[in-house]
Amino acid sequence: MTLARNFPFFSILLCLVGSVLTSVLKPKAARALTVIISGVVLVLSAFTLRYALAMDAAEPFMMGHFPAPWGNELRIGRLEALMATGISGVLFVTLLAGFYHMPAFVSDKKLGLYCIMVDLALGAILVMLYTNDLFTAYVFIEIMTIASCALVIVRQNGHTLVAATRYMIMNLLASGLVLLGISMLYGITGHLLMEPLGRSVRQIYETGQYMEPLTVVIALITAGLAIKSAMFPFHAWAPDTYAFAPPMSSAILSGLIGKAYIFLLIKFIFRVIGLDIIVASHIDSILFACGVTGMIIGSVMAISQRDIRRMVAYSSVSQIGYIYMGLGMGTEVGVAAALFQMLAHAAAKSLLFLSTNELTSVSGDRKRFHYLHGAGYRNPVAGVVFTVGAMSLVGIPFTGGFVAKLYLATAGMPLGGWVRALVLVALAVSTLLNAVYYLHTVVSIYRRAPAEIDYPPSHRVPRHAAAALLISMLMTVYLGIGSGPIMRVIESGLKMFA
Amino acid sequence: MSKRRSDWAQRPQARFLRWMREGYGALDDEIISAVAQPAAQRPDAEALEEHDRLIGTHRHEREMALDRLANYDLQRWANTRGRKALTRLYVLLALLLGASLIYFLLDTVAYMPRFGQVAVPTNNEVIARYIEKGLEETGAINIVAGMILDYRAFDTLGESTVLFVAACAVLILLRIDLDDQGQPMQQLIAEGSDDRHYEPKNDRILQGSAMVLTPIILLFGIYVLFNGHLGPGGGFSGGAILSSGLILYLNAFGFQKAGRFFTYKIFMWVSFFSLGFYGVAKAYSFYMGANGLNSGIPLGTPGAILSSGLIMPLNIAVGLVVACTMYIFYALFRKGGL
Repeated sequence: MTLARNFPFFSILLCLVGSVLTSVLKPKAARALTVIISGVVLVLSAFTLRYALAMDAAEPFMMGHFPAPWGNELRIGRLEALMATGISGVLFVTLLAGFYHMPAFVSDKKLGLYCIMVDLALGAILVMLYTNDLFTAYVFIEIMTIASCALVIVRQNGHTLVAATRYMIMNLLASGLVLLGISMLYGITGHLLMEPLGRSVRQIYETGQYMEPLTVVIALITAGLAIKSAMFPFHAWAPDTYAFAPPMSSAILSGLIGKAYIFLLIKFIFRVIGLDIIVASHIDSILFACGVTGMIIGSVMAISQRDIRRMVAYSSVSQIGYIYMGLGMGTEVGVAAALFQMLAHAAAKSLLFLSTNELTSVSGDRKRFHYLHGAGYRNPVAGVVFTVGAMSLVGIPFTGGFVAKLYLATAGMPLGGWVRALVLVALAVSTLLNAVYYLHTVVSIYRRAPAEIDYPPSHRVPRHAAAALLISMLMTVYLGIGSGPIMRVIESGLKMFA
Repeated sequence: MSKRRSDWAQRPQARFLRWMREGYGALDDEIISAVAQPAAQRPDAEALEEHDRLIGTHRHEREMALDRLANYDLQRWANTRGRKALTRLYVLLALLLGASLIYFLLDTVAYMPRFGQVAVPTNNEVIARYIEKGLEETGAINIVAGMILDYRAFDTLGESTVLFVAACAVLILLRIDLDDQGQPMQQLIAEGSDDRHYEPKNDRILQGSAMVLTPIILLFGIYVLFNGHLGPGGGFSGGAILSSGLILYLNAFGFQKAGRFFTYKIFMWVSFFSLGFYGVAKAYSFYMGANGLNSGIPLGTPGAILSSGLIMPLNIAVGLVVACTMYIFYALFRKGGL
């Protein structure tokens, strides 16, 4: 099985070389190649996970002939492998289910360029999961920034361009903050790889020299990654971007790309700075407060939407709030719960965006709720899938969202006094609000359609797309039923992290 | 009495109940039935749109009227003085935020290690090995080339990919002949949105100097590319020089002549070969390194043109990507095409 330790590197390289290969192919072949790449990455990640489950400690993987403080490195651990498997799996089904309606949003000639962006986004996600080098992470943040903006602007109408411009400005600002943080960190430690960085940071913390710049570094990098992943006060770009991008792009952006940034933040917290120093700097309390506020505000905003896609987009803001609440607890259990929520949300959100598109397209592309009546009958698969996705985000048992909320609540229990109360109350209120808007939508797609509105004849969903939607629904259900082993992997992976 | 009832209908509770019960406001029911068309005649898309619009306007008017009654003063304030006040507030807040960020960052600089001193954290074993053993381990006299293309070659692969992805993103955004509407080029020219047919301007001075300068610039660019491991320069600077030569030629002789040797296809194939070569070559070297094998790439004698292993070919690959990207940026931002 020693070949398996090369698999993360193979999958990253496959994405990069595959993207340039995509550029010289015809659109149809490019599309097939993109799907194949994500499938192969899924298989490779699964093998990596199997390899990682058998090992006792995480292994560094030298990128070249030079060891840790000199050359670039990847790092293979359980958590990385688990996230890579989850994300590539979700991407694979998203591509299968979503590609067939891309022609409605993108001209045929630009489809090849779009495929390049998807490949590179996957490559950048993988690098951010596996890298052991902070500067490599920054380089791939850049790739991801450009690729994710391009995933939005590929649909060129007024709304989308405005949304993409705002997204780009926020994204670039965040990249700038991260770069500033990394260069200051290099200035006070002289390292870029995570192990030596961690040792130097520990030394700084113990001696107290350069403590002020270190605090600023923590703030800058956390703020940068929080902006990129649409944490609550920085979420303003998210709803428009998700609502006006092509649905497949929204699924990739909200479900997967945001998660990679959060994973990098977790890596930064655990491997570079150290959880105790983060707690001592109180940045986790800020994350906690933002997370809790985002959970409530995001849901309230989602209730007030009249457009189903904007509603789903706002619900992302609230779901990201759950993740930051878990991170902000400052305990390993909290972070483990946040990681599970990341997986559950990635699975449920991409499914929601895709099925929403199916539902609106059988209702004449109109997104207001009263046109969606009966959409669940006009496209039964999308109706069922949407219902399960909504149930997961509300937190109904036997779905991933329920288990994630349960873990978050359990993680909140050992915390002291009002923090525990805040966790429980926020979870309860947010769940209630989620139920209000999601169940309302589910009811409204199963209502009798008004006779006066004439709907276009519904197109047939291709078999592979319907199958992919059902598979992603099963993934959500699996996260709800088989959560035990996954949680054990997450916990043992977090132990390997430090 | 009637006033009280309308108050109740406007209350949030009542609206919430209605919303839960109906899925949409009772208002919609009323309007839909008011403007509904006979089911016998199937409306086409246009009629459907009209129908939507009608519902929309009715609804909008009704809502506006109700809103006006409910909070007339607030509305007027928000539309006149409120907007101005809020704009001013936002500007003020943005200025404050910017100023405080500048202050904090400048303040942090005061706590950073002094630049250029001996006893700074950056002067550690990492730098020492790069400087002392760089020549021996990478075979490159130019230490920077050794660092970016051998010690940290993966970062540089990422950087070249950044250029490629940026070029593709600009292609998506600006290339007019790939537009969604799929308008043919002739039509664009007729509309005047493509001004390429005014070219070339045939400026004698520009063309004369370009005739002399372009070959020299290109030659110099190639020199910088090929000597990246021996002296200052390398892929990024050499590529920039190459592309400046191409851009000068483009300006002097116009798109038609430049299009003879630089098209979209050429761009894609050159990127494909350069990045593909970089990826595959480095993959081999990474794979060997990671698994503790000897890559068997000879380092040669330092100082010779064919030395330092993969660095020279990688420099050329990076240079080609840089040149293509810069040229394509220029062409797209100027005319929206190649």
